[in-house]
Amino acid sequence: MTTTQQSPETEPASDYGTHPGAAANHFFKWLSTGAGLLILITLAAVATFLLEEAWPAISLSAAELGEKVSFIKPEDGQSLLEIVGFLVYGTVLISVIALLLATPVSIGIALFISHFAPRRLAQGLGYLIDLLAAVPSVVYGLWGVAVLVPFLQPFYQWLADYFGWIPIFAAPESGEVFTGRVALSAGIVLAIMVIPIISAVSREVFLQTPKLHEEAALAMGATRWEMIRMAVFPFGRSGMIGATMLGLGRALGETMAVLMIISPGLTFSPYILQPNQHNTIAAYIALQFPEANALGVNSLIAMGLALFVITLLVNMLARWVVSRRSEFSGAN
Amino acid sequence: MSKRIDVNNLNVYYSNFLAVEDVSLSIEPKSVTAFIGPSGCGKSTFLRTLNRMHEVIPGARVEGEVLMDGVNLYADSVDPVTVRRHVGMVFQRPNPFPTMSIAENVLAGVKLNNKRISRSDADDLVESSLRGANLWEEVKDRLDKPGSSLSGGQQQRLCIARAIAIKPDVLLMDEPCSALDPISTLAIEDLIQELKNDYTIVIVTHNMQQAARVSDRTAFFNIAGTGKPGKLIEMNDTPTMFSTPSEKATEDYISGRFG
Repeated sequence: MTTTQQSPETEPASDYGTHPGAAANHFFKWLSTGAGLLILITLAAVATFLLEEAWPAISLSAAELGEKVSFIKPEDGQSLLEIVGFLVYGTVLISVIALLLATPVSIGIALFISHFAPRRLAQGLGYLIDLLAAVPSVVYGLWGVAVLVPFLQPFYQWLADYFGWIPIFAAPESGEVFTGRVALSAGIVLAIMVIPIISAVSREVFLQTPKLHEEAALAMGATRWEMIRMAVFPFGRSGMIGATMLGLGRALGETMAVLMIISPGLTFSPYILQPNQHNTIAAYIALQFPEANALGVNSLIAMGLALFVITLLVNMLARWVVSRRSEFSGAN
Repeated sequence: MSKRIDVNNLNVYYSNFLAVEDVSLSIEPKSVTAFIGPSGCGKSTFLRTLNRMHEVIPGARVEGEVLMDGVNLYADSVDPVTVRRHVGMVFQRPNPFPTMSIAENVLAGVKLNNKRISRSDADDLVESSLRGANLWEEVKDRLDKPGSSLSGGQQQRLCIARAIAIKPDVLLMDEPCSALDPISTLAIEDLIQELKNDYTIVIVTHNMQQAARVSDRTAFFNIAGTGKPGKLIEMNDTPTMFSTPSEKATEDYISGRFG
């Protein structure tokens, strides 16, 4: 108060110091900061745990580890490093099959719900898709083994007979695709499992497309499909990549369904119609864990570390793809 | 290039709600026609029936006919997509495609009509359309930059360039300046005067001065009350409308007594 003219009733400065709600605001700030920090701490803790527990297995020589862990056989070309190699290959192969099948179908479902279906049907379908995402993976695995694999067998046989000249579809040496418990089956079941995730996220993204841009395209004489290509896809591009990555995350880490369906094997073979060729990291860990000794568990954790790294890399790649053309993104 | 429009006894419905009632009017080729009226009087809705854009809203339908040089746009054999390729539209808020560059935005509609266009033809079309929209000098050095990097007024002119690139017969403008500052508004109004030489232009505006400045003919729409349908009250040459309107409601509106 340096002015000479004072109002008759001067309020003390402390009246302007605080207000109701200040404490709650403060509290909320720390609560949200804490929640943010928690995720970082969890991630660091998981990474530390994996490294620490994997170290005893990683630091031993291949021969030494082979003597002590039953499932590691360096003499048969299955040292820890080689097994990790096979498993990473199997995991990526099966997940890629799943994504190749699931992504187009999911985008189609999402587009149908967001832009083609009558409103009432769209709502019902949306709920249904969300429900599908809630089905436990064991159920998918059982269904895959009991229903889907027998059903697909004739199709596999046909594929092997007519397209066997394409290396990936080559039939087993006997010429008959008799089990159907192969990488392609695992990929198909995983695809069905990730479709709800990818389509639910894509649907939300597509629904966010600004009306303004949709109308801009339609007013130029775009058909519905042309409008979707001009306005909806470009706007939803990063969202679709995000959705696919979420799906990939589930496919990479899926254990039960793969474990139940596939006849496991450890090779780098490209033959997705032959049994005993592939396995995934998660399914392998689940398979070996019950009978593993201490060092065996350390070895399995080393494989888990590999899965962790793959997932991290996939996510970083997705981020990079999304950010590459951010100048042109719909967010501007 | 430009065509006349005759509207006969047009009713517009949203499901069962009658939004615009019994409009009959004629729009001359190579002229600017302005629709004025208070908010919610159905002038934008009516404008959208001229290129069947109202059909984007579920449940919207019309009765009556819209004749473009004698062809009924609502005949069974007419595809709304084709109608929109002949009747271009500019919206209230500038809406260039954010994922496309300036040049790609101009060519967006052309690529729909004619998938293969040679590189040099495309370049020529981009230049002529942007010149037509008075934007060329401002953007010629950054045609590959995103359309969203432009100012609001430039974006709106980009949208006009995009609309005239497909060489429509008619250009509809739905409050094209309401999101723009006065300088940009002036640029668009000047542009409308030039476009009139080639196109039939129909503009909806809230700004009566704008209607008086740019249009040859003015139509006044009004609404009796909330929930009632909008109606065409009067349509005449713009100077007559603003000096000696024949309806009391028109005079009240343009003299600022309501609305």
